[in-house]
Amino acid sequence: MSGGVGIRRNLARRLLRNRLAAAGGLVIVFFFLVAAFPALFTSQNPDRIDVASILRPPSAAHPLGTDDLGRDVLARVVYGARVSMKVGFVAVGIATSIGLVLGLLAGFHGGRVDAVLMRFVDIMLCFPTFFLILAAIAFLSPSIVIIMAVIGLTGWMGVARLVRAETLSLKERDFVAAARAQGAGTLRIIFRHILPNALAPILVAATLGVAGAILTESALSFLGIGVQPPTPSWGNILTVGKNYIEFAWWLSLFPGLAILVTVLGYNLLGEGIRDAADPRLKGR
Amino acid sequence: MLLYIVRRLLWAVPILVGISLISFLMIHMAPGGPISVGTDLNPKATAETRARLEAYYGLDQPLYVQYGRWLGRMATLDFGDSFSPDGRSVAEKIRERIPITLTINVLSMGLIFLVAIPIGIYSAVRQGSLFDRVSTVFVFTGFSIPTFWLALLLMILFGVKLGWLPISGIGSLEYHSLGTMGKIADRARHLLLPVLLTGFTGLAGMSRYMRSNMLEVIRQDYVASARAKGLPEGTVVFRHAMRNALLPVITILGLSVPDLLGGSVIFETIFAIPGMGQLFYQGVMSRDYPLIMGILTIGAFLTLLGNLLADVGYALADPRIRPG
Repeated sequence: MSGGVGIRRNLARRLLRNRLAAAGGLVIVFFFLVAAFPALFTSQNPDRIDVASILRPPSAAHPLGTDDLGRDVLARVVYGARVSMKVGFVAVGIATSIGLVLGLLAGFHGGRVDAVLMRFVDIMLCFPTFFLILAAIAFLSPSIVIIMAVIGLTGWMGVARLVRAETLSLKERDFVAAARAQGAGTLRIIFRHILPNALAPILVAATLGVAGAILTESALSFLGIGVQPPTPSWGNILTVGKNYIEFAWWLSLFPGLAILVTVLGYNLLGEGIRDAADPRLKGR
Repeated sequence: MLLYIVRRLLWAVPILVGISLISFLMIHMAPGGPISVGTDLNPKATAETRARLEAYYGLDQPLYVQYGRWLGRMATLDFGDSFSPDGRSVAEKIRERIPITLTINVLSMGLIFLVAIPIGIYSAVRQGSLFDRVSTVFVFTGFSIPTFWLALLLMILFGVKLGWLPISGIGSLEYHSLGTMGKIADRARHLLLPVLLTGFTGLAGMSRYMRSNMLEVIRQDYVASARAKGLPEGTVVFRHAMRNALLPVITILGLSVPDLLGGSVIFETIFAIPGMGQLFYQGVMSRDYPLIMGILTIGAFLTLLGNLLADVGYALADPRIRPG
């Protein structure tokens, strides 16, 4: 087992040496801090309506300006981080869990189980996913929980295919045969031998998946079927931005910038993990 | 080859049925429904009215009967009538809307091809150069940028501040009084931003993909031997390397159909374009079941078609994988 730990430590070291990936990681940590301790980043209440200062451009009192109800945009962006960070994490958690279980089932059992599961994956991949998500959320009344569940339930196919392929190739290896000969049970083989070896590609897929989930949530909220006001989310601040597109550029600029930077952070980190896990792919 | 295509087309039938079944169950089992959208806020609507409306639309039947009826109609390519007050047929509504959506998507696919492939090739050939590094930054930004936000920014810049481009619709008010050339120019001005934005994410992905394929191919022995026998660099890059690197790209283009369709919901809403995405959005909001089912089915069909074309194109281009 010491070999496995060594590989992982090596991976962490290579990851830290990759400046872009480290920057991506820092951005993610920063936004998690913003989400966890919003009061440290703004003294304003994101829901406080102030009819005396509606649609004001950025100023000392309101560094990012105010919206159509006179609410502080900085405060709304800061509190909006909660939605994005949570949705990304939970949705991908759901997708990865489903993908892991189905991929292991298909890869391990093979035969009919494998055939049925993979046909199901084929079907799910043919859905225009965004149409499906849109309909599902609109019908189930939009809330953060529903959004996370629906994005998770429609995003597991990639991981399932990945895990299946890894399982198929790993289960034929000598070290698995050796473990089996020593009397190791299926669960032990899965957790001690298959999963640790399949960890890096799963981690890459999950990290890039978070980026995608954050983008999907913001698009949904922007269309008005995601997180509902008054709860601030980056997407629904942008909806207001679109309504006042001719007068208030600051409503459109800053929330989108927050999305861009966060998603970029996850993408850079994901690429970094990929390079660190398989240095042959570096720079591709 | 023909046999292969026929087999693939036959295989598409159970997939389409599977997709329609999942969509149907999801749509019909969700709480609320088309009747409550119209009657919940109407004090005059009695329980009796609701029951009558439900019977009128066939919603009082058990689900398997409803699905059976829908499938039966689909077998004759009848999508049924829309639940909306105009009660027109779903097929007619979709037929009106589909050309503009397809136009935008086909144009943006063309854009992806024309721009991404040269970028990918050049970055790979000059790996590590300034151009390569700039295009890498572009690619990562392209992956990460919310395209609807980019749309807002471009609308502010070109529509509001500079006043160069219109920011909504597909034609000016005076569209019908313009000459043929004027009509084309007017339409082009309206479609420029939507096409650019629809293709944007794909552009980033495709150029990255092309670059990594090129890097892969350039290291192959046959490229080295082409160089060794003294062929000019241009011939090596375009005749030997590029043709092989292009192969996998065909597949990706076919697989990008669902993403393009999903994007059409967003962009048609932002730019007020009367296409299929906007129709779907309206259908979802008013719980127009036949319309939603129709569009989901057509979307799935287009996706399958994209996959099929990708595989056929791949098989045509690469004799090694031509099925027997």
